[in-house]
Amino acid sequence: MKLKSIEELEDLRSGIIAKKDPNKTCIAVCGGPGCLARQCLEVRDAFVNEISAKGLADRVDIRTTGCHGFCESGPIALIFPQGIFYQKLGVKDAAEIVEETIMNDRIVDRLLYIDTGTGRRVKKEEDVPFYKKQMRLILRNNSRIDPHNLEDYLAIGGYSALAKVLDGMKPSQVIDEVKKSGLRGRGGGGFPTGRKWESTRDAIGDIKYVICNADEGDPGAFMDRSILEGNPHSVLEGMIIGAYAIGSNEGYVYVRNEYPLALKNVTIAIKQAREAGLLGENILGSEFSFDVKVNRGGGAFVCGESTALMASLEGKPGEPRAKYIHTSEKGLWDRPSNLNNVETWANVPLIINKSPEWYSAIGTGSSKGTKVFSLVGKINNTGLVEVPMGISLREIIYDIGGGIPGGKAFKAVQTGGPSGGCIPESLIDMPVDYEQLTKVGSMMGSGGMIVMDEDTCMVDLARYFTNFLQEESCGKCAPCREGLLRMGEILTDITEGRGRMEDLSLIEDLSGVLKDASLCGLGTTAANPVISTMRYFRDEYVAHIRDHKCPAGVCRELIIYGIDEESCTGCGRCLKNCPSGAIEGEKKQPHVLDTAKCIKCGICYDVCKFDAVRKG
Amino acid sequence: MTIDESRLDSIIDEYNAEQGSLISILQDVQAEYKYLPKVALEYVAKQLDIPRVQVFGVATFFKAFSLKPKGRQQIHVCMGTACHVRGSKKVLEEFERKLGIEAGGTTKDGEYTLETVNCVGACALGPVVVNNEEYHGQMTPIKVESLLKKA
Ligand SMILES: Cc1cc2nc3c(=O)[nH]c(=O)nc-3n(C[C@H](O)[C@H](O)[C@H](O)COP(=O)(O)O)c2cc1C
Ligand code: FES
Repeated sequence: MKLKSIEELEDLRSGIIAKKDPNKTCIAVCGGPGCLARQCLEVRDAFVNEISAKGLADRVDIRTTGCHGFCESGPIALIFPQGIFYQKLGVKDAAEIVEETIMNDRIVDRLLYIDTGTGRRVKKEEDVPFYKKQMRLILRNNSRIDPHNLEDYLAIGGYSALAKVLDGMKPSQVIDEVKKSGLRGRGGGGFPTGRKWESTRDAIGDIKYVICNADEGDPGAFMDRSILEGNPHSVLEGMIIGAYAIGSNEGYVYVRNEYPLALKNVTIAIKQAREAGLLGENILGSEFSFDVKVNRGGGAFVCGESTALMASLEGKPGEPRAKYIHTSEKGLWDRPSNLNNVETWANVPLIINKSPEWYSAIGTGSSKGTKVFSLVGKINNTGLVEVPMGISLREIIYDIGGGIPGGKAFKAVQTGGPSGGCIPESLIDMPVDYEQLTKVGSMMGSGGMIVMDEDTCMVDLARYFTNFLQEESCGKCAPCREGLLRMGEILTDITEGRGRMEDLSLIEDLSGVLKDASLCGLGTTAANPVISTMRYFRDEYVAHIRDHKCPAGVCRELIIYGIDEESCTGCGRCLKNCPSGAIEGEKKQPHVLDTAKCIKCGICYDVCKFDAVRKG
Repeated sequence: MTIDESRLDSIIDEYNAEQGSLISILQDVQAEYKYLPKVALEYVAKQLDIPRVQVFGVATFFKAFSLKPKGRQQIHVCMGTACHVRGSKKVLEEFERKLGIEAGGTTKDGEYTLETVNCVGACALGPVVVNNEEYHGQMTPIKVESLLKKA
């Protein structure tokens, strides 16, 4: 049905809400990336079969949703209206949940989350420590809607911000509200969103574009994927409002190639919005027209950069250009273009609905609202967390993340992706906002937060990022193309025991050149991971160079494996798994490792149950 | 090789032969053939009326494209940061040893192609390996053999 006015939208919404029984039981199965990888769809199917076998199909809804955030505990299901949080589900658990909880209103204790602090089982999602300190303005709705169902989005107030805007707000008023809210870009640089919109609005040209950056190139981050998969209409609504404010009739969503489900869900959402008259000619009967196309990326990190992204949208290789002229004046096809990140767009409806004052009350002086982080690496509770700006790293890592697994010591946290830096333990109480992160040599970036423990080698990590960026460099400008190659060689020398003390100052010089002379943001920030690890972990560099030691036991050329005679029980696991036949020994007798044959793959170390394999 | 031009036409038509859709078109072509045959690239260039050099430029710039045929089974080992700090390199090396090829290569029998990717967005489960769109989380070198057996 094509909605021709705001009244029709509101009628439709009231109809949907009236039809919905808020007390009806609903099983919301998380279908986010983490749970999908743990076969949650089989769990969902088991629920469907069980419900129909018990003849409950009319009484119970089953919803496959986007990411709930707590990937560590997946597959997850929430049982509404009670809000019961079941985790680590297997196919066989479905029958018990249906029998016990759905039919008899009893809790299945063994499927509840155990609070590691108190040792108690937790019944409701909001009481799970992982969720307690979060402020899930953007992500919360993921578990409340089926991303393929526009009605679900309308039922939670979807497109009401658009209706408000079209109901008499002038474009300049919309821009003012976004400016007043203090919203800054969530894709990297943190540029004030309202100001960006204003310059695109003021730019000269009849045709202007609005673009959503869903390239999410930061390896280790999946926030944008989860928002686009779980709540695509919220991103579209933000884009439509932005287009209205800017005076644009055409938009693009640029989705990363590795995200087929995000691509599918946003494509479905666009089609639905078009059919409902929320996209296309004369949106909701107004004078305003706007439509969106979806484009796929080609697996190039640099295409997340604005000018490279636009080149790629034109069907060209994704090479950036110098930005003497801003993309807000000359972007896609040389026309004024406004690019924002997925999460930035998803914040817009909230600001319009709840007021800029409400929004700017959240956060710190210059960083407003919430930020979604992907909390991954050496952390107990991996997943997506959404927190108010200004929260401390400690709260994120310990209160929400549950600390470091295996009793290991926390070493550092990496934020900002390949353009960011490593923050050491001594700074763990710092508040997380744009300025503070930059001050300590990292950056907000798009929201990757990779936790590292004592077993992570910081020199190896610097080399990892340098190699990553060198491979992803488009090669257009020499400082980045050549500089990263040389930087990688120097770091490889250090990790392989050929480093010299002079290399440290050479790295610093090279970093300066990269920063000053590169063409785009990839090169200008590329030295950050190296500089920040040198700043906080210089002793590790020195240990590699001077002592030929890798303190974390990662750099292969600098470690030797051996078997401790006392601890070895002769179980034979290492012998069986060794790919190079370097281990010998009789059953129940201590085994011996022949270092000449050892290829240092580390498999024996990983499989030994008695800590008998040592590296030194 | 010969290509089915009508199949290519229908892909191109889906995007109204728009030059800006080149990357999407090439992706669909690759989905059809599992790689980008040279003749197909030439045909796309002609139909979209863009220079061949631009089509080949795009096809060789982006990591998603391959000008060489790929194996029936495509194994993607994630080398993203989250997977890296949890030891994805060891997993990759075990695949290389077991398959006798290096990352980027295809086994002689055309069965497996081994590739690295920079994050598939399932970081919470790292190290992640994707085999023909099926995700395998918390991979270790010793799980490699059984994954290959299943595949
Ligand atoms: C090398 C490079 C890669 C980038 N990758 C992304 C990305 O994957 N996603 C993103 O939203 N922004 C990325 N950015 C930032 C964009 O250039 C741009 O600033 C951002 O999308 C603007 O949106 P925002 O103001 O809403 O943050 C990248 C920048 C650089 C220099
Ligand atoms: S880093 Fe491997 S899935 Fe993200």
